Amino acid sequence: MIPLSHFLTVSAILFSIGLYAVLSKKNAILVLVGVELMINAAALNLVAFGRYDGKQYEGQIFALFVIVLAAAAVAVALAIILSVYNHYKSINPDDINNLKD
Amino acid sequence: MNLALVLFYLLAITAVGSALLIVLLQNLVRSLFLFFVTLFAIAGLYIFALADFVAITQVIVYVGGVLVLMLFAFMLSNRTLLSDVKQGLKSVFAFPKWQATLIATGFFAVLIYIMQLIFAQDPEWIAQAKLQHQLIGVNDNTVRYIGVNMMSLYVLPFEVISIFLMMALMGAAHLARKEEPLS
Repeated sequence: MIPLSHFLTVSAILFSIGLYAVLSKKNAILVLVGVELMINAAALNLVAFGRYDGKQYEGQIFALFVIVLAAAAVAVALAIILSVYNHYKSINPDDINNLKD
Repeated sequence: MNLALVLFYLLAITAVGSALLIVLLQNLVRSLFLFFVTLFAIAGLYIFALADFVAITQVIVYVGGVLVLMLFAFMLSNRTLLSDVKQGLKSVFAFPKWQATLIATGFFAVLIYIMQLIFAQDPEWIAQAKLQHQLIGVNDNTVRYIGVNMMSLYVLPFEVISIFLMMALMGAAHLARKEEPLS
């Protein structure tokens, strides 16, 4: 049985990498990949803690919910990125600097 | 050191290494394909946490749906994709930006510190579960228990999330639609 701290360390590393991607990337799709990495790290934590809940399976079921939410978020975010690209001809977050004009 | 631990470390190194390459590589196509590798390795880690159903869902939803969607969006939004692939070796790696590195490592340190704080001794509910032998075992039929719990105890979140998913997909289709003048 793998100790819980191993899972938590791996997911902490993945979360930090995702945070770095969100903060530093110049491409909106890679920012989205960073968000997905952070969501996956959180789901890994849920699953790892869920091993201690053999009755209600809270961790695993909410990991499933997290995966569904991430899929919905990706669909909406990609649609927004596409329409931003149609408007600005760029998906660099730094270029997108005014609201509806 | 048993075999399970070795396999766990292998998967963990794969996940962390490919995630690092995602943020360090200059080329966006390579980053997106490396994201496949990371997601597969994370699905493997789910199996080691005895969550086989979640692992299969991860493979189906992420690798089957999300990543194909991302590749589509990328190819629709970037014309200079192919000329980007052929560049030489000297600009393969992007230099890390120091502000983002500082924040990310600081956050990592905070997370590890909190983890040490929690595991000075086991949290109460974990100790209790260990005492009452309520852990999920290797031979448990997890899919059956997940199904029963999903349809009884968690039926309200299940319905709410199904309506939410429908709303999100309809909104995405509305946003991505081509603008046409109303005739």
